[in-house]
Amino acid sequence: MLQLSSNLLGVAFFCYLFATIMLFVASVNKRKQNKEEESTKKGMAVKWGIVIAFIGLIFQIAYFTTRWIAVGHPPVSNMFEYLTFFGMMIVVGSFVIYFIYRNTLVALFSLPISMVIIAYASVFPTDIKPLVPGLQNYWLPIHVSTVALGQGLLTISFIAGLIYLLAVTNQSKSSKQTRMIEVVMYGILSIVAFAVIVLSFEIVKYEQTFTWQNEQEQSLELTYSMPAIIAPNDSQVVGDAGGFTSLVEAPAWMKGVNAARKLNSFVWAMLGGLVLYGMIRFILRKRIGAAIQPLLKNVRPTLLDEIGYRSVAIGFPIFVLGGLVFAMIYALDAWSRLWGWDPKEIGALVTALFYAAYLHLRISRGWQGNRSAWLAVIGFIIIMLNTVFVNLVIAGLHSYA
Amino acid sequence: MKIVQCECGHNNPYGTQVCEICGNPFDENEQLLNMRYEGAARRSQTYNTTIVDKIWNFFSSVKVGIWLIVLVLLGSVLGTVLPQQQYILSNAPPETFYEEQYGWFGWLYYTLGFHELFKSWWFLLLLALLGLSLIVASLDRIIPLYRSLKKQRVTRNTSFLKRQRLFSASEVEHPEESIQSVKKQLEQKRYKVKEENGNVLAEKNRFSRWGPYVNHTGLVIVLFAAMLRFIPGMYVNETVSIREGEYMAIPGTNYEYYLENEEFSIEYYDPTDEKYEAALERINGLQAKTYQTDANLYRNIGSTIPGAQPELEFVKSGKIIVNEPFTFDSISLYQTGYGTEFYKMMFQLANKETGEQFGTVEVNLDNPQEVHDLGNGYKVKVLDYFPDFEMKEDGPATKSKFPNNPGIAFSMISPEHPEGEISFVAIRTNVELGDNDYKMEFISMLNRDVTQLTVKKDHTLWLIALGGFIFMIGLTQGMYWNHRRVWLQQVDGEVWIAAHTNRGWDGFQQEITQCIQDTKLSEPVDQDVTVKKSKESE
Ligand code: HEM
Repeated sequence: MLQLSSNLLGVAFFCYLFATIMLFVASVNKRKQNKEEESTKKGMAVKWGIVIAFIGLIFQIAYFTTRWIAVGHPPVSNMFEYLTFFGMMIVVGSFVIYFIYRNTLVALFSLPISMVIIAYASVFPTDIKPLVPGLQNYWLPIHVSTVALGQGLLTISFIAGLIYLLAVTNQSKSSKQTRMIEVVMYGILSIVAFAVIVLSFEIVKYEQTFTWQNEQEQSLELTYSMPAIIAPNDSQVVGDAGGFTSLVEAPAWMKGVNAARKLNSFVWAMLGGLVLYGMIRFILRKRIGAAIQPLLKNVRPTLLDEIGYRSVAIGFPIFVLGGLVFAMIYALDAWSRLWGWDPKEIGALVTALFYAAYLHLRISRGWQGNRSAWLAVIGFIIIMLNTVFVNLVIAGLHSYA
Repeated sequence: MKIVQCECGHNNPYGTQVCEICGNPFDENEQLLNMRYEGAARRSQTYNTTIVDKIWNFFSSVKVGIWLIVLVLLGSVLGTVLPQQQYILSNAPPETFYEEQYGWFGWLYYTLGFHELFKSWWFLLLLALLGLSLIVASLDRIIPLYRSLKKQRVTRNTSFLKRQRLFSASEVEHPEESIQSVKKQLEQKRYKVKEENGNVLAEKNRFSRWGPYVNHTGLVIVLFAAMLRFIPGMYVNETVSIREGEYMAIPGTNYEYYLENEEFSIEYYDPTDEKYEAALERINGLQAKTYQTDANLYRNIGSTIPGAQPELEFVKSGKIIVNEPFTFDSISLYQTGYGTEFYKMMFQLANKETGEQFGTVEVNLDNPQEVHDLGNGYKVKVLDYFPDFEMKEDGPATKSKFPNNPGIAFSMISPEHPEGEISFVAIRTNVELGDNDYKMEFISMLNRDVTQLTVKKDHTLWLIALGGFIFMIGLTQGMYWNHRRVWLQQVDGEVWIAAHTNRGWDGFQQEITQCIQDTKLSEPVDQDVTVKKSKESE
């Protein structure tokens, strides 16, 4: 069953990939002579792109169902499960927007983002983890899945914002805005690079163990599954190092159990992103933003602005319902308190407050358009920090280990 | 009070910018009208002389509201930088914990009070200001908005129409018929249509305009309920640990209720279960599946003075399981944790030389019995007991009263040594004073489970639930529906169409385009400058 479910996820992933290609071809393909023929052809490509994306969604729902059966509880309880579900919700969000606005551009950009997140999810262990007693509560999956849906919709506002920025920014010369766009692109690419790196070292079964001492002076072992650019502070290699040991050591204050390994992963992601970004820049011979812009000639910025706002309008209540209301009901049931100022709870509150600020800023003049788009980008960064960073770096009740 | 009289004869409150009835704008401008509050007279935009006015205006400003939201947001982020006090190890004193763990930064964090940030006066003050701002800003807007929308008349002043974002004027042959046709279409799209002298006002989803105010009301209720917790008696949040087989007074009940931990049981995941094998191996070992306390509740019908012997009357028994609290008299007991503690230690008196054994001694650590008579002249006396033994310079001592590391001093009395030889036994320690003939051999240790319960009483819960419910209703009504209005009017033989919505202009424009399809009327144009530019570049 587990094998079946992971195969289904693979199929879903390839459907998304295929759909992206279809939609991409449809939006590029327009230098044809015969206008009429071209537009029907384009219509077909768009239609097929959407249909294939939909089939992908169905496969992913099948993955979800079969995994649920295999695991015995709703599969949203560890990082792998949560992130794949989040990826699925981004696709759902793009369909919601597609049905309101019939705009395929948002789908064209959402599918790759969703794929990046699903690829990143596969970096985490996929085995079934038994739930600690506090998590065996049906409010938990309700809370988590509602949060994911909300985040999926809010991600659509990021995507609309990104398309907006790519479309309106003057790419003829370098400016603060073009540089910031490149930073966003680099961020996305480093997630991709990280997934590729981790999976490659997984295939070659790389392993390297260090011993080090924590602040209680206990001797501990830490096993890396990627070459250690950064080793634990004051550590020794265990066994045969096989040539490469490490470049530098983590600073002395990094004494958390896995702190050094996390820093190492982070450095790999940053460097991998740099290499990938550099390669793409080398091939394109211009900014990524400048390369994408010609595809967006027919875009109406105000429409994208509206889509961005609309997806916050739809996503915000759902996020608040899942992240605050259901979270409180669950916490009351399981932890005897509505609200405990756990890092993850604070994260949900910060996200909600941020989007509340976004909505209020939109009431004021001058905050639509460019500024709104940047706010949506920041909102997505907050969401990703809260999903990934808080779980991995700051421990708390919610950390999925 | 001053008033503003309109050409149409209506007397508007002082400060009105657009006549409540006919929509006549009182400025001499050609720009689009700011329709957010229908040009109604808002207190904050009208008066600014007295102190009260100034305070009112300050708190009714959205800019100030956004600043307050951002400050609460930044405050919350600050609270995640280091763990809050409630999440650090419970036996670590915060005065030293932060500095030891995080150096000077930890010291600063602690000194500035950020270890209990969410209880700090400034954070609570921020929440109070946010609440005040919500109330003032909402009142400032909802009252005039309600008045204007209620009083609005179908026929509007021409400059009101011309200055709407969506507008068109068309010359058609049969203006009346065209209007009727559009009207029918609008009705089909579930607009409420009103007619007056051949002019039409079609409106739908006005209720969504109240959404923000409803959700703000919900928020104010939640904030208010959270503040209520500081009133004594409204909120109890305590923990209690009870050993298996014992009973304790339940904190927060003034010694009225006692709870007995009859049995504590715990179930683990089977580490050989194929499904979990891999994951359990990764966290090396046991993972609790569930745990529970079989508890008996008693009421004290005797004296409730602390320390007095209670007279207990059985009330009820029940299970306290994780996720399934035990509730009585508005108090809930939650199973939040467990521990084990040393309970009994078994020793053997033996002759060191011959190895001969003279009987076992069981020491109950709750109450280490003083003399154990083993017969035939052999006795063991407990001289001293250190529940949490540590060796200090001036001799053995105890760190706490909990049996974490029990140490016992025995006097071993035998026919050869009627005065007794002294032996000190602790885990992994065996100290002898002098050269003994006998020794106390440690045989085994019996553990006992301790259940950890959270005692909760919360009289604010229903209010928080109510506030949360109202908040969600308000959010839904405000965000998932849009207030749309279309005016159709005959002006000098032309048909004028003007339309307004509070959001979602693109969809709205398409809706109107569909409604005028059967007529020769021209589509309303979006007169917003940025939209115009953006459409031209298409
Ligand atoms: C965290 C707290 C808050 C939340 C969650 C919240 C939520 C909302 C939401 C969802 C809207 C509708 C926005 C839209 O239609 O796009 C809104 C509107 C509004 N809020 Fe808040 N709000 C909060 C705090 C405040 C504060 C402190 C003020 C004080 C100035 C304020 C003033 C307003 C105003 C003036 C509106 C516009 C109402 C209208 O369109 O007529 N809000 N609020």
